Amino acid sequence: MAHAPEAAAVTRPPVRPGPERPFPRRRRTTRYGPLRSVSWWFLLPALALYLYVVLAPSLRGAGYAFTDWTGLGSQVSFTGLENFRKVLDDPAARDALWQTLLITVVITVAQNAIGLLLALGVDSRIRSRNLLRVLFFAPAVMTPVVTAYLWRYMYAPEGAFNTALETLGLGSLTQNWLGDPDLALWSVAAVVIWQFSGYSMVIFLAGLQSVPRELHEAAGVDGAGSFQRFWHITRPLLAPATTINLMLSMIGGFKLFDQVYVTTGGGPGHATETLSTLIYKNAFQFDEYAYSTALAVLLAIVVAAVSAGQYRGLQRQKGMS
Amino acid sequence: MKRYTARTALLEAVMILAGLVFAFPIYILVNLSVRGADDASSPVAPTLSPTLANYAEAWRAAGLASALVNSMAVTVLSVVVIIIASAMAAYPLARATGRWPRWAFLLFAIGLLLPAQLGMIPLYQSMRDLGLLGSVWSLVLFYCGLQIPFSVFLYTGFLRAVPAEYEDAAAVDGCGPVRAFFSVVLPLLRPVTGTVAVLNAIFIWNDFLTPLLYLSGSSQQTVPVAVFQFVGQYVANWHLVFAGLVISIIPILVAYFLMQKRIIRGFAGGLKG
Repeated sequence: MAHAPEAAAVTRPPVRPGPERPFPRRRRTTRYGPLRSVSWWFLLPALALYLYVVLAPSLRGAGYAFTDWTGLGSQVSFTGLENFRKVLDDPAARDALWQTLLITVVITVAQNAIGLLLALGVDSRIRSRNLLRVLFFAPAVMTPVVTAYLWRYMYAPEGAFNTALETLGLGSLTQNWLGDPDLALWSVAAVVIWQFSGYSMVIFLAGLQSVPRELHEAAGVDGAGSFQRFWHITRPLLAPATTINLMLSMIGGFKLFDQVYVTTGGGPGHATETLSTLIYKNAFQFDEYAYSTALAVLLAIVVAAVSAGQYRGLQRQKGMS
Repeated sequence: MKRYTARTALLEAVMILAGLVFAFPIYILVNLSVRGADDASSPVAPTLSPTLANYAEAWRAAGLASALVNSMAVTVLSVVVIIIASAMAAYPLARATGRWPRWAFLLFAIGLLLPAQLGMIPLYQSMRDLGLLGSVWSLVLFYCGLQIPFSVFLYTGFLRAVPAEYEDAAAVDGCGPVRAFFSVVLPLLRPVTGTVAVLNAIFIWNDFLTPLLYLSGSSQQTVPVAVFQFVGQYVANWHLVFAGLVISIIPILVAYFLMQKRIIRGFAGGLKG
């Protein structure tokens, strides 16, 4: 499909400043002139890598979702929507879908609420602000597998949390953090929230720094309290940062794998199974290739729907400002 | 400018408390990693006689040396290719006229939405057919493709906001598009190149699922996979495991503390995209 546009770009005569009137043409040259010669083949390396690694395999994967391929034999037959019917009948898949949505919502809300509070806290006159910024963001650069192992120990029955609670005389609050099916999903969410709240903070901070200080000072002179100033000045101006943050944490939540796989492996039972861990298990442990791609198609639809909603929200914001 | 008031002091106290809560897991990690095997005191209590014996043993047992080299090579190679390919693609996408740049941009945007799991198995087969399974080259190829849409997106957004005057001047002076790209456009892109490099490098260094798939059963490992296998082997010995975990995150933490301003700015840079 690159050929047709190329032809279109090439057939138009190049606009060059004519020798008889070079200056009146300058403006058009600035916008279009030499850029015409920016050839489409600059796209080739990126396009080739992208097609080979992302687009073509994704299309093939989506195709397998409509077959009964197990990945073992060469026998493949078209089965229509059979795999998707199986998703609806599979309690593990239903649990995984529900839990993926739940953990995504929990992570998105908590991570951004905490991130915003941290950003407001360090965007102040406090002396430790620079040190705290570095500290809060540090978990975000750490390898998720490593932080997940760390937290697996923190959560262990004789681990750091229960010991700390007992030291504080709160022995009655000790929990089987990862072994209790009602609690495990929240415990896993807490790992992600701890790790990435600092990431949200950093993006909110960049947004806060774009809020002109004079606006706050003017509102203060007019007698607005700090909460009023936050609500009427800071909050609207933080809209772009909020949108980016919500998008990043949602997409991260939907694709969550490392933290779940390392802390609970999806258990106990299926209590912390997410779509990503279930896709992995079906593909590489149960040899249910076609079924796993059907689950991946489902995941793609969820991610695309949420992103499209976010994108429209972003466009509407741009339209307003 | 406001002064340091009583309210500021209260805020400072609250924030430091939050900082301590955030630092608690890291304190436990370091505290236990320097603790001898016979020290049975509470994990919360500070280790009174710290030792580095766990580090020496973890370094030997986990094979982290070769994993670090692999991770470093994969990260650097991938980031360099991603930067060049994405910046090149952004040039016509941001500058060329006509309708096709818009369509091409949308094609890349689709890649932002596709979850990697969708193409995971077909790509696994492609890698097998190329004979790349078990080799770190499969990872380089994978990361380059996977991170292209996002990087093209950042570069194109940035370049659109940069006026074309410099390229025009170069073109008037007889500079062809290739030279204009390397000696005018690429230097102009430097601020966003920092963002692209930081975000991609941290993602690639930390990625676990991909090397778990492509390198499984081979002697080649990256740091996250080496950690995963090491912990699987010594899971009962937490002191040893924690020393291994600390070693594995030292390179990225050192980079972070040395370049924290740059890295934090890099992460926040997505805001302008």
